[in-house]
Amino acid sequence: MPEQKVLLAGTDKHDLTKLAEYQAIGGYGKGLERARAMTSEELIDELQRATLRGRGGAGFPMGRKASLIDRKSSKPKYLVVNADESEPGAFKDRQVMAEVPHRLIEGCLIAAHAIESTSVFIYIRGEYLTEYEILQGAVDEARAAGLFGGVEITVHRGAGAYICGEETALLESLEGKRGQPRPRPPFPPIQGLYYAPTQINNVCTIATVPTILTIGAEEFAKTGVPSSPGTAIFSISGNVVRPGNYELPLGTPMRELIYEHAGGIANGRELKAVIPGGSSVPALTPDQIDVPLDYDSLGAIGTFFGAASLIVVDDRCCMVQLALRSTKFYAHESCGKCTPCRVGTRWMVQILESIENGTATRADLDLLDSVGDNILGKVLCALGEFAVYPVASYLHKWRDEFVAHVEQGGCPFHGSSSLEGILAPSDQHAHAEVLV
Amino acid sequence: MTTFFDEVQEIRKRYPAGARSATLPALRLAQEKHGWLSREAIEETADALEVTPAFCYSVASFYDMFHLEPVGRHTIEICTNLPCALCGAQKVVEAFESALGISAGETTADGEVTLRAVECLGGCGYATVVAVDHRYRQNVKAEDAAEIVEGLDA
Repeated sequence: MPEQKVLLAGTDKHDLTKLAEYQAIGGYGKGLERARAMTSEELIDELQRATLRGRGGAGFPMGRKASLIDRKSSKPKYLVVNADESEPGAFKDRQVMAEVPHRLIEGCLIAAHAIESTSVFIYIRGEYLTEYEILQGAVDEARAAGLFGGVEITVHRGAGAYICGEETALLESLEGKRGQPRPRPPFPPIQGLYYAPTQINNVCTIATVPTILTIGAEEFAKTGVPSSPGTAIFSISGNVVRPGNYELPLGTPMRELIYEHAGGIANGRELKAVIPGGSSVPALTPDQIDVPLDYDSLGAIGTFFGAASLIVVDDRCCMVQLALRSTKFYAHESCGKCTPCRVGTRWMVQILESIENGTATRADLDLLDSVGDNILGKVLCALGEFAVYPVASYLHKWRDEFVAHVEQGGCPFHGSSSLEGILAPSDQHAHAEVLV
Repeated sequence: MTTFFDEVQEIRKRYPAGARSATLPALRLAQEKHGWLSREAIEETADALEVTPAFCYSVASFYDMFHLEPVGRHTIEICTNLPCALCGAQKVVEAFESALGISAGETTADGEVTLRAVECLGGCGYATVVAVDHRYRQNVKAEDAAEIVEGLDA
């Protein structure tokens, strides 16, 4: 299947960061007018019929989410856009904000109308400085042109914390606190930002909404597969010839993305593993890549669609090092609120280090599994699970490689792995003087 | 002239009355003014936000982009997460360490440049990603390090 641009439509020929050019291709036009002519119920119904599934990772239908908003509440309703893209492997929200910011803004105006909200916050990760400037410029331009219709959009910058991509941690951060997840219930549609009903959606989800309103839910649902309509921007990275973002209909075979669009494995190497949804999901072996890229198909083979972000790993990579580097990330980003994740991720790092340096025994492989099992389902948010899922998949699918480390008393790659020596991030807070 | 206090009050107006949502923007502003979040910077922020310094410190210490100790006038941050790592980020880190004569996590003796290995910057398809004073350079190779270091404003 060729690329099919919906979210990125028009970017080939136009500079869509400019309001006039976005309007020239129909932006802030028929879709927004149709939405504003509808009641809240009609608009939510239209979004539900489109079955647009959340592109942030969980895949929850966006229209259904909107229907859960407590519109009878006397408090203000909030729409929050999650632009805290931090999942290793994902770089698609960044392209949307940099190239089609007005499509995101138009989506905000429509989605806000659906939940009777006049207050929208876009929480963008702090590292995305250039993208923030483009987005803020587009917000200012659209506001000045009188397109907001009584809605206010505030772009709020994060300050570097993976956990803030988790929706309740994001709300805490947006409220000016440490970004630590909240217990649920209450869920955000009932009590979210400032304890008021709040809808939270990913950038790509919201930026798809103008197209649904322009062409209609039925027409939109003709693309992709019935359980997952539409297109998605797939980020593909790692050891492929042409890494990058490709917008394709859902249901496109993974093999086609890797071997046709991305040009296959780079440097004449062999495919070893694909981590299909960003670094937090279970990896697939080369015999599993004929799977269609949609939520249910990936779920059926024990992994996740996640953030539609494929990390392709070639045969030079030691899977223990891959697990170690991944786990160091989740340990670094664990917010510390739940003990199983705070302590367990660090323990996993220690066990993986002992496997890699050859001091582990076979019992440590079982211990690694056991520590993982004691994180799963025992924490407030998915980060703990994100640390465990990939490592458990490496340990079980490439078990021979883990056993070889134990039996040979060290890494069988003897210093030639593609990840050899890779650093963990420098923890700049480790030595900070504590205020007394 | 607009003072730091006035600027923070302007930021607070973007959020509902009583909300502490201006905390992150105010800390960022303080860091831009002071170079890092020193005790004085934290206290000034707390005063403008009408909260305690301890609250500001607790928030600042949670986020990677807030510096609780002095950093160089320039920062070079290299992504070393999986996608960049698979494409040779470690060699890029070593090239910058060699060009600057320091290890990742350190600042040059003249206080000019801080080098950090950081987590995913969101440019995985264009490995290795290096943020030079918060602006992304993509597809950076080890051999580019010396030129990037030389290109920093004196």
